[in-house]
Amino acid sequence: MKKIAALLTLITLAFSCSSDDDNQPNNVPQNVNATFNFSHNWDGISVTSTNFNTIQYINANGEEMSIEKLRHLISNVTFHKSNGETIVIDGYNLIDVTNDSGLVYAPDIDIPTGSYENVSFTFGFNNDDNYNNNYPDLNSASWNVPDMMGGGYHYMQLEGKFINDADVEIGYAYHTIRAVNLTNAPDLLFQDTFFIVDLGAVNVSNNISFNIEMNIAEWFKNPNQWNLNILNNMLMPNFDAQVMMYENGQNAFSLGSISQ
Amino acid sequence: MKNKPFHIIYILCFILSSCSNETTDSYVPYSATPQPIDIPTLFEENIISPVIPTNNPQTVEGIALGKKLFFDPILSADNTQACASCHAPQNAFTDSTRFSIGIDGIAGNRNSMPLFNLAWNYDENFFWDGRVFSLEHQAIEPVTNPVEMHNTWEMVISRLQQSNEYPDLFQAAFGGVTITKELATKAMAQFERTLISANSKFDRFSLGQATLTTEEQNGLNVFMDETKGDCFHCHGNPNNPLWTDNIFHNNGLDATFTDLGLGEISGDPADNGKFKSPSLRNLAFTAPYMHDGRFNTLDEVINHYSEGLQDSPTIDPLMKKVDEGGVHLSPQDKSDLKAFLLSLSDPSFINNPDFQIP
Ligand code: HEC
Ligand code: HEC
Repeated sequence: MKKIAALLTLITLAFSCSSDDDNQPNNVPQNVNATFNFSHNWDGISVTSTNFNTIQYINANGEEMSIEKLRHLISNVTFHKSNGETIVIDGYNLIDVTNDSGLVYAPDIDIPTGSYENVSFTFGFNNDDNYNNNYPDLNSASWNVPDMMGGGYHYMQLEGKFINDADVEIGYAYHTIRAVNLTNAPDLLFQDTFFIVDLGAVNVSNNISFNIEMNIAEWFKNPNQWNLNILNNMLMPNFDAQVMMYENGQNAFSLGSISQ
Repeated sequence: MKNKPFHIIYILCFILSSCSNETTDSYVPYSATPQPIDIPTLFEENIISPVIPTNNPQTVEGIALGKKLFFDPILSADNTQACASCHAPQNAFTDSTRFSIGIDGIAGNRNSMPLFNLAWNYDENFFWDGRVFSLEHQAIEPVTNPVEMHNTWEMVISRLQQSNEYPDLFQAAFGGVTITKELATKAMAQFERTLISANSKFDRFSLGQATLTTEEQNGLNVFMDETKGDCFHCHGNPNNPLWTDNIFHNNGLDATFTDLGLGEISGDPADNGKFKSPSLRNLAFTAPYMHDGRFNTLDEVINHYSEGLQDSPTIDPLMKKVDEGGVHLSPQDKSDLKAFLLSLSDPSFINNPDFQIP
C-alpha cells in the first residue's frame, strides 16, 4: 500500500508539473527527452536484417558482397551550447542490426529546450570509457577485445561474403577496434580510432528524435578504396587496416532528419 | 489534451490499488520457500543476470521435486529411462555415446547436450537448433519423443498421482493443486537452473586463485588470436565466462547438410547447417563433440578448425582460409590450445553432491 501511495503521489506530482508547464512562458527552458534512431543504407538503399545473407551490394573496388552481421557501438551523445556548456549523456548503445536491437536509443536524461550549436556522439568508445570499465551487457554480447591486444571493446563488427578475384565466394570480417601495433608485444603501440560524429545545430523545442543514417558503403570507399581480396579477415591485429577503417568511417554517418 | 494520459494513469492506479486491497485481504497464495539462484562471483562481476521466469521462481521444494523427477525413470513409458540416463552428472549432464538411445532401442540423430549455466542462455533458445523457447517448454518434449522416453503426459501424470510420494512433493512445491505437466516441467526447470558450473581452474585463475601453466597461457592466446584460433568471437572470453555466445553458426563441418539445424526450424535457407555454439566448459567430460557427436577427441575438434573446414554457402564469415581447410595451427599451438580448453573443465561441478542421483 505504501508503494502505491508513493506512486500516486508521484503521478499527482507529474500531473501537476505538466499542467504548470502549460502555463509557463515559452522562454523558460523545459526538460524534454531525446531519442536516437539508427538506420543503415548502402549508398542510399535501405539495409535491414531482411536484406542480409544475399550477395547484392557492390563496393567501390567492384567486389560483389553481402552482409551477414552488423553491430556497432556509439557513446557519449553530447549537446553543445553556444556558451561552451555541454550536456553529456554518459552512456553507450550497442546497435545490433542482425537482431534488430538497439536501433532506437532513448537515454534516460532530460535535455532542456533551447538552441544548441551542435549535437555529437562518439563512434566506439573514447579510451577512458573503453578501458576503465567492465560492462556486463557488452561482455555478455561477446563484444570484448582480447587482453593481449590491450582489452576494451569492439567498435564495429561487419561480416559477410564477397566474390573474390578468382570468382570464389569467401567470408570477410570487418571489425573495428582501437588500432594496436603488436610488433613488439607485450609492448603495445596504440593509435586512437574512435571518432566524433557531429550532427550539427538544432533548436530543441519539444521531445526530439534524431534519425541517424550509416552508409555502409562508405567503409569501403573514401579515402581508402578497400580491396577485400587483400583485406578480408584477421583485421583486428592489422594496425594499418584499422587506421584505414578509421579514415573511411569519417563519412559513414549522417543526420537523416529530426522530428519533434 | 496534453494531460489526458495522466488522467488515465491516475484513474487506473486507483482501480489497481483498490483491487490489490481486496486480494490481499481475502486470499493468501501458498508460497514455497524461496531459494534464489546462487550467482557465482565471476558471473556477478562480468555478465548480466540469469533469466528466471517471474511465474516460476526458484524454491527449495520446487528444486527438490524437479531433481527427483529428473532422475526418475517413471517419466518413460517402460520405466527404464530418466532424463539423467542421457544427461548424467559425471558427464556434465550429457552422455558418452554419439547418439542417445531411447527406450525402444532406437537412436536419435543428435548428440545429447550437457546441461549447465542454462539460466544464462539469455535468448532461451534450447536444443542444437534452438527449436524450443524456455526450459519449462523444453522439458515437455523428451517425455513424448518416440526415440527418447516415448511416453504420454497423461500416463506420466496418472503415475505421479498414484505414487505415494509425488502428491505431497507437488503440494509442497506448488500448493494445493493437482499435478499437471506444466508443474512437473516447472519443477524440472528449477532444478536445471541450479546446475551452475563456475569453478574450473581457469575460473580460479580469473579470480586470482590459480596460475596457468605456460601451455595453458599460450593456448589462451591461440584462442584469442584472430590470426590463429580466433575462437573467442563465438565461444566467449575471460570476460564472458559462459564460454559460448549461445548463437547459431555454421562452423564448417560439412559441404552439404543431412541435418539442416536452424534452417529446418526457421525455414530460411540462410540458416541451413547452423547449430548453437556449445559452451567449452567441461569438455573433459562431454565427449563426443558436435551436434552429431562426430568427433571423439578434442584433437579431432582442433584439427577440424585448423585444417578440416568444409565450404558451404552458409559457412560463418569468421571461418578463414577455408580453401586451405583452415589456418593450419602448429603442433605446439594445437596442444597448447587443448591444454587451455581443458582448464575450462570443472570437476567440482560433476562431483557436486547436490546434483547426484537422489
Ligand atoms: C534419450 C536420451 C534423452 C533423454 C531421455 C532426455 N534427453 Fe535431453 N537431450 C537429448 C538430446 C539428444 C538433446 C539434443 C537434441 C536436439 O538438439 O535435437 C537433448 C537436449 C536437451 C536440452 C537442451 C539443452 C540446451 O542447451 O539447449 C535440455 C534442457 C534437456 N535435453 C533436458 C532434458 C530433460 C529435462 C529430460 C527429461 C524430461 C531429458 N532431457 C531427457 C537426449 C535426451
Ligand atoms: C563461427 C563461430 C565459431 C568459431 C569461430 C568457433 N566455433 Fe567452435 N563451435 C561453433 C558451433 C556452432 C559449434 C557446434 C557445431 C555443430 O555441432 O554443428 C561449435 C562446436 C565446438 C566444439 C564442440 C563442443 C561440444 O560440446 O560438442 C568445440 C570443442 C569447439 N567448437 C571449439 C572451438 C575452438 C577451439 C575454436 C577456435 C579454434 C572454435 N570452436 C571456433 C562455433 C564456432
